[in-house]
Amino acid sequence: MRSHNTRNRWFSIILALSAWPILVSRAAEPGPDTAPTRDAGLAAWQQVYSVLTHPRCINCHTATNYPQQGDDRHRHTFNVTRGPGGKGVPGLNCATCHQGANADSAGVPGAYNWHLAPLSMKWQDVKDKILSSAQVCQSITDRSKNDNLDGTGILRHHKQEPLVLWAFDPGRRRDGTARSLPPLTHDQFVAATETWVEAGMPCPQNP
Amino acid sequence: MGTFRLHVNGQVKEVNADPGTPLLWVLREDLKMTGTKYGCGISACGACTVHVAGIATRSCVVPVSLVGDRPVVTIEGIGNDPVGRAVQETWISEDVVQCGYCQSGQIMSAVALLKSRPKPTDANIEESMGGNICRCGTYVRIRKAIQAAAQRLS
Amino acid sequence: MSGTAIRANDFLQSRRSFLRVATTAAGGLFVSLYLDFPGFAQEGEPKAKNFPPDAFVHIKPDGAIVIQVNRLEFGQGVQTALPVVLADEMDADWSRVVAELAPAADVYKDPVFGIQMVGGSGSIAHSFEQYRQLGAKVRAMLVAAAADQWKVPVGQCRTQSSVVYGPGGRSAKYEALADAASLQPVPATVTLKKPSEFKLIGKETRRLDSRGKCDGSLKFGLDLDLPGMKIAMVAHPPMFGASPKFVDDKAARSVPGVMDVFTIPVTRNGTGVAVVADKFWTAKQARDRLRIDWDISNVEHPDSAQLREKYMQLSGTAGNVAVTRGDLSALGHATAADRIVAEYEFPYLAHAPMEPLNTTIRFDGNRAEVWAGSQFQTIDQMAIAEVLGLKPEQVMFHTEMAGGGFGRRAVPDSHVQREAAAIAKHLAGTPVKLVWSREDDVQGGYYRPMHAHRVEVAAGSDGMPAAWRHVVVGQSLLMGTPFASFGVKDGVDETAVEGAADTHYDLSNFHLSVHHPNVNVPVLWWRSVGHTHTAFVMETMVDELASRAKADPIAYRRKLLRPDARKLHNVLDLMEEKSAPWRNHLPEGHAAGIACHESFETCVACAVDVSIENNRPRIHRVTIAVDCGVAVNPLTVESQFQAGVSFGLSQLMAKGAITLKDGYVEQNNFDGYVPPYMVDAPVTVDVHIVPSAENPTGCGEPPVPVISPAVVNALSRLTGKRYRSLPLVAL
Repeated sequence: MRSHNTRNRWFSIILALSAWPILVSRAAEPGPDTAPTRDAGLAAWQQVYSVLTHPRCINCHTATNYPQQGDDRHRHTFNVTRGPGGKGVPGLNCATCHQGANADSAGVPGAYNWHLAPLSMKWQDVKDKILSSAQVCQSITDRSKNDNLDGTGILRHHKQEPLVLWAFDPGRRRDGTARSLPPLTHDQFVAATETWVEAGMPCPQNP
Repeated sequence: MGTFRLHVNGQVKEVNADPGTPLLWVLREDLKMTGTKYGCGISACGACTVHVAGIATRSCVVPVSLVGDRPVVTIEGIGNDPVGRAVQETWISEDVVQCGYCQSGQIMSAVALLKSRPKPTDANIEESMGGNICRCGTYVRIRKAIQAAAQRLS
Repeated sequence: MSGTAIRANDFLQSRRSFLRVATTAAGGLFVSLYLDFPGFAQEGEPKAKNFPPDAFVHIKPDGAIVIQVNRLEFGQGVQTALPVVLADEMDADWSRVVAELAPAADVYKDPVFGIQMVGGSGSIAHSFEQYRQLGAKVRAMLVAAAADQWKVPVGQCRTQSSVVYGPGGRSAKYEALADAASLQPVPATVTLKKPSEFKLIGKETRRLDSRGKCDGSLKFGLDLDLPGMKIAMVAHPPMFGASPKFVDDKAARSVPGVMDVFTIPVTRNGTGVAVVADKFWTAKQARDRLRIDWDISNVEHPDSAQLREKYMQLSGTAGNVAVTRGDLSALGHATAADRIVAEYEFPYLAHAPMEPLNTTIRFDGNRAEVWAGSQFQTIDQMAIAEVLGLKPEQVMFHTEMAGGGFGRRAVPDSHVQREAAAIAKHLAGTPVKLVWSREDDVQGGYYRPMHAHRVEVAAGSDGMPAAWRHVVVGQSLLMGTPFASFGVKDGVDETAVEGAADTHYDLSNFHLSVHHPNVNVPVLWWRSVGHTHTAFVMETMVDELASRAKADPIAYRRKLLRPDARKLHNVLDLMEEKSAPWRNHLPEGHAAGIACHESFETCVACAVDVSIENNRPRIHRVTIAVDCGVAVNPLTVESQFQAGVSFGLSQLMAKGAITLKDGYVEQNNFDGYVPPYMVDAPVTVDVHIVPSAENPTGCGEPPVPVISPAVVNALSRLTGKRYRSLPLVAL
């Protein structure tokens, strides 16, 4: 009986260890009856945050009247400004240069409806310093700021919005090199969002 | 190489070009319309500005494959538009140009501004024209000419 | 207005005439008979010092009056101003005047410099008298022809607006008289108008080239299109003077539309790789696909940081003496409080005219035809002829309208033209347009040199400078060029010290010396040349002295200027008067900045209203007073100053510097080398011209030297800091 218990214990351990990857990926698709835990949700949120604050995303989620460019997130050149609707100003719209798809021969990124996220969706401060995980989480879940999106809406936005999709296929720079990609693939990003949403969109406490 | 049907200044033009060729060079070399200028090739200076579907567009960074059937208006055609004509006239009456190389782009940007904001403030002018370079430095007269055109049109 | 293909042979005429019939497809572009005249060498003083009128004026049968302009038009307005001068003396109907840019020929040489050129702000200064004479002579010949026909005395005829009027109600239009007029002898002397008789000179005249520049119809050099023309681009070595070890052109040649790939000599004994293709984009794609292994082992690798250090060190020792007067003992006894030591640094600057450099050439074996927006037609024509193994008179050189120059199109070694000629030679028979991309332009050298200045001033008890020691460090522009004999003496290149050496400030104890290091970077004059840095130093140093003396900056300058600097005093006074209304009522956070300077014989004083916005100077207003002698076209003078100050502000832009690191130029386009945009330029500029009857002096360059020191002087008042290192990166 002892050996049986030992065997069972080892068996449980091995099972647990081998299930770990399943659990992690399962965190992406929780079963219909088991919502992810708060901890799993917070972990997923950190993954989402890592994408949101990557230059490909955060460069257009500024707190200022200008977008940013590049991995060093410098102020966008050529004096472009936000304009009333985040689409630039007449004569110097975003669409003045950015078309509906990447223009690799010119080194200019593009996607449908290229424009800045509204100021309510800023993820940095006016000194271009990235906000904390807690601050971004609060902001992104605040329906008075996020265009009244609930969890389903946020998930759909992450899944389908052309500008979000663009971040994972951002084209080539003028010198021919590929723009750097966010730390997750789009699929992983969507999966992490889903986990976080299903966990009830928990936000970390510490600002 | 590809064949592209472009709508330029109200006419349909067919060109054979490498799909990545910027609209600027298709206009200048395939269509022999040299009014739109090459100043930098990286959308920094605005000399290449045309209108695509009514939006001021820097043709040096727009591959011809992304234009589609959107109507294109160039400096050669903007005079057919009352706002375009007014801007050209005040550019002349205010004696704006010096070397003139940037002015096609300046005019196209100014027209886009005035069509959207018929009574622009000084701040509006500075924001909308803020991405066009003039090495000669005719900015003072450009401001004046835009205000004069707005007056003329009102 | 040139730009169409012409065959000079089409215009061989059996006699010279004012009357030319349009025979080209373009309708009316005419080329002077003087080009086909053999034995018309393009060297030295112009042989045709009499400047035959029929080389400059052609009256068409329909009454259009075509005037040849002997210089490049690249924004400065000469294409309108010189015809104004001629048309006035000629009593021509201004509404019928058409201006053309003359091709390269002996008759079109600058009367003072003896070569066909534009530069040194000399167009009006050197050709005012010349064009007056020409206009007056044509008028005299027209009148003589009418008087002959009517058998009346010349004295009973008068002219107005392209018509000769005679006694008894007779009249004849110029176009009807033109043929007969050209048979008249050219008068040796003519009476010129009294200034009170001017109808055009001194009046505001709008530019002749405006409409074409506003509707896309006017062609610049880059717009030229000839049947069968190819486009060439050159892969230049990343360091000046280097050559390829190995070129892999397989990928380049595989781009559809590429014609050929071959090496050619480039500047400083380097070698570049030329790509010839059917279109620009093809050529660019092909050039981008070249795999070149450059040998940079035997060229110097200039580095801005290293040069800075070296220049600072050099500036601490005396160089070749430019000026020495009085003695500097006051520096020896000055206390620390009364002694200012200031070190200034200036970076390399690119001209970056809006139209990138380009040249089109067709070489036919025993002749060639060139189209280029050149500031230096004579010199460029000679260089092209040399490369092609021709005599200069076998090279037909058309002057194209140019999109800016600022000095970049006046190059003693004609390096771009030589590249184009080498390519044209390779393609014998096929016209080829060489195009420099913006990247080629920003990285291609021929910059305003880097400079360091070290100034030590002892302030006397009266607050005025008691002694002034000044050392300048910077590459020489003229050494090694054909111009060296004009401007280099005792090891001093005067273009490096102009504006300081000839200062009108009363510095009785003054020692100015200069070091000219050799650096592997080609350098060139940049609009206002030495004044770009000397005026900055002089006007900020004087302003600092005024501050220390708690004196008003205008009053201080007035006191420090020599009494006989009449023109500078006048502009200072006029500027003070015109700026007083706003200068004395500046809002909170604004300061006024003052500067005055003479360059190219024109005196300028300016006041600027500056505040700080977004950590940059915001220039609300500039008031300018200028003495340029007779202002031939006040509208042009105003334009030059309103716009020229914006150009001058290039020096203050945060990214307004060309820097090198380990031999490589670090900037490559307008994202890294950023010129002034509208937000960086003054909002308004009011220009006041001192009334004068003296000979006109230039306005092309004089706006540039004053603006940067004036703005910086205002900034110093706002922040209490001194700004001695350009560009202005942080306030």
